Amino acid sequence: MTRPAALKVTTPTDRELMMTRVFDAPRGMVFDALTSPGLMQRWLLGPPGWTMPVCEIDLRVGGKYRYVWENADGRKMGMGGTFKEIVRPSRIVATELYEDYWTGGETLVTTQLVETRGKTTLSTTVRYASREARDAAIKMGATKGLEASYDRLEQLLTA
Amino acid sequence: MKPSSYALDATFAALADPTRRAILARLANGEATVTELAEPFDMSQPAVSKHLKVLERAGLISRSRAAQRRPRRLEPRPLAEATDWIERYRRIWEANFKRLDAVLQELKHKQKKTVEALLQDMKSKPKKGRFK
Repeated sequence: MTRPAALKVTTPTDRELMMTRVFDAPRGMVFDALTSPGLMQRWLLGPPGWTMPVCEIDLRVGGKYRYVWENADGRKMGMGGTFKEIVRPSRIVATELYEDYWTGGETLVTTQLVETRGKTTLSTTVRYASREARDAAIKMGATKGLEASYDRLEQLLTA
Repeated sequence: MKPSSYALDATFAALADPTRRAILARLANGEATVTELAEPFDMSQPAVSKHLKVLERAGLISRSRAAQRRPRRLEPRPLAEATDWIERYRRIWEANFKRLDAVLQELKHKQKKTVEALLQDMKSKPKKGRFK
C-alpha cells in the first residue's frame, strides 16, 4: 500500500509523464529548494555517484538555466532550457533539453505546488514534443538501465 | 531484452485510459468474460468490447479460444516492460526527493531558530522593542 509521501509516476496521455510527491514543508520553501542553485546542487543529483558542478539559473520569464552533472569517471551530462512561466510559490513552466546523447528532444516541464496544512504536493508533468520523441526517450531509458546493469556486473567481476 | 518502441507505444496508449486500467486490475485477479468485465462499469457491452480490443492489440490481454464464453486474461510481459521503464525513472527521482526532504527539514529548522532568536531578542530588550 502506498504511503502518502511515496512518489507516484503515471502516464496521463501518450505524450506525457507525471510525477507526484508530498513534502513536509510549506510551498514557499519547496519553491526555493527547487529554484536556488546552492540548494539544488545538494539534492538534484540523479543516480548514485553523480554530482552537479554547474547549476546556473536566471529565474525570470524568458530567462535561461543550465545544469551539468558529472560522475566519478569524469563523464558529463548537460541539460538546459528557458523559463516560460514563473508564479512564486505555485507554478513553474520551462522547456528542457539534454545536450548530448539524449535523443528525446525538447520537452515542456510544468511544475505545480499545492499546500495543504503545511504540507506541499509537488506535481511535475513532462510533455514530449511528439510520440516519436517520447519513444526515443523511452528507448534511451531502456539503454540507460542496461548500462547501469553492465556497470554493476563490471564491479562484481573486478571485485 | 530491450522492448521495441512500437510495442511500448501501444502499451502506454492502452494504459492512458482509466477504464482500461480498471479492466487490467480486474483481470489481475483472474480471467473474466466480457459480461463480467462490463458489470462494474456504467457502460454498454460494445463499449467494453472496444476497450478490450485496444488492450488485446497492445498484447496486454488475450482470450481463451477453447471455452465458448471466451474469457479474457492478463498477459503480464508487455506490462512488465512498460512498468520497468517507469520504475527506473521513479527510483532515480525518489532518491532525488529523499535528499530534497533532508534539505527542507534543514530549512525548517533554520527558520525555527531564526524565529526563536527574534522572539528572544524582543523579550530581552523590551524597551528597544516596537513601543519605543
